[in-house]
Amino acid sequence: MTGVKVVLPGDIIDTQQPDGDEQAVIRLGPGLVQASDEVTAVTAGILRSNSETSQWWVVGNKRRYVAAEGEPVVGVVAARHGEGYRVDIGSAHDALLPLLAFEGATKRNKPNLAVGTAVYARVVVANSVMDPEIECFNSHTGKSEGYGELAEGFMFKCSLGLARRLIDTKAPVLAALGKGLPFEVAVGVNGRVWVNAGTVQSTILVANAIRNSEYLDAKQCRQMVKELLEKQ
Amino acid sequence: MVAEIGPSNIEAAFLLEALKKGTRVDGRGIYDYRTLKIACGPTYGLAEVQLGQTRVLARVSCEVTRPFPDRPTEGIVLFNTELSNMAGPGLESSSKSSTQEVAISRMVERVIKQSRAIDSEALCILAGEKVWTIRIDIHFLDHGGNLIDAASIAAIAALRHFRRPDVTIDGEDAIIHDVRERNPVPLSIHHTPICVTFGFFGVDGELLVLDPSLLEEQVQVSSFTITLNAHREICALNKAGGIPLSANQIQRCTQVALAKVDEVNEKIMLAVKATTA
Repeated sequence: MTGVKVVLPGDIIDTQQPDGDEQAVIRLGPGLVQASDEVTAVTAGILRSNSETSQWWVVGNKRRYVAAEGEPVVGVVAARHGEGYRVDIGSAHDALLPLLAFEGATKRNKPNLAVGTAVYARVVVANSVMDPEIECFNSHTGKSEGYGELAEGFMFKCSLGLARRLIDTKAPVLAALGKGLPFEVAVGVNGRVWVNAGTVQSTILVANAIRNSEYLDAKQCRQMVKELLEKQ
Repeated sequence: MVAEIGPSNIEAAFLLEALKKGTRVDGRGIYDYRTLKIACGPTYGLAEVQLGQTRVLARVSCEVTRPFPDRPTEGIVLFNTELSNMAGPGLESSSKSSTQEVAISRMVERVIKQSRAIDSEALCILAGEKVWTIRIDIHFLDHGGNLIDAASIAAIAALRHFRRPDVTIDGEDAIIHDVRERNPVPLSIHHTPICVTFGFFGVDGELLVLDPSLLEEQVQVSSFTITLNAHREICALNKAGGIPLSANQIQRCTQVALAKVDEVNEKIMLAVKATTA
């Protein structure tokens, strides 16, 4: 792509590649929706595309989350109902987490989460007319795949742009930290990140390094992490 | 709108565990203020304060009005605060002000008006006829905790930065000079009251921190605001609810606050001077 294309909500996107196949099925990522025959931007940001896979998406930064299907989120249990939990995922409406949406959960044996418990979950239903729905397992395989209750450690909030960058396992700050000390991290694209590095000090260090990395490039990230690790 | 449900259990537990070890979750020491940035201008009476993630904008304006009948020689000072859900998703968007907003606005008003920081008699133009009304609008742009300190710093910086049109009195007539005609004049301000807020944690509030962040504010069992000026005079104390504190703790807070007030005061003076020279 030549140059950077900035899009605003409501912009109609021309997804036709100059030398591309007209029949190619295009795949829309975050920030784009299809309305009848046209593709429209719903967030402000930079338009990106991959011509080989015909994927299109918008890279932007916000602080308020809008749920989208398939995205991993970190939520906090707000209330318990008969058939599920109401979970705050930072979006306009609380998400519903069914009692049976956990690995190995049955009618008789289901997890008991207190109000205020943090959970790592995936959005399964997200549309404009229903409350979002999340689950803590993969409903096809029945395995947790890393989702579930986040028992120890610390959770902090960051911008949605940073959270999306952290989802990439090659994120420079995570790679640099990983060389220095062992830690676990669960990134929710709703701008909540959970970390656990065993000790209080290391966990604070990891959390601060991630928060500081927002406006740093890869080289600066490595330098910043190095300085933090030396100070410890 | 979803009401803010407060911090998750792991955040609260981790914060307390870290505090017991003498560290804070954002890496600060317990007596550290967050980075304070004060920017004044470009127009007179405009100040933006950034305290870590918290951002507050204060705007001072003036107009000529009739004084209150019982105080014919005193100018009027009005405060207005705007705490909308722009600052944080948990805040209400309705026009009626929340209890939190009322608490902040009353505290700032008390700190500046009742400590007589502004010389209200200097705002008189013609006794019983015309006085200046000074209006201070405080807008909360981002809620990262400790709004009271940020708001009071923003208000006093904006007041220090403000210039009102010059007035000459000719018998019974007052002439208000246009700012292009005659240089506007600063307000007469006696001293600079600065709020310093502490948060208390633990069963008896034995753990304390300076300048609590939003998460710390949500977990704290009590808070305490002490207002001092550069002459080391206490202008106001505020402790709204929470667990009782011992005299020792209050003394300790006062000592810490004394040191911080000088730093903050210097920053305000620098910011004001930089744009009004």
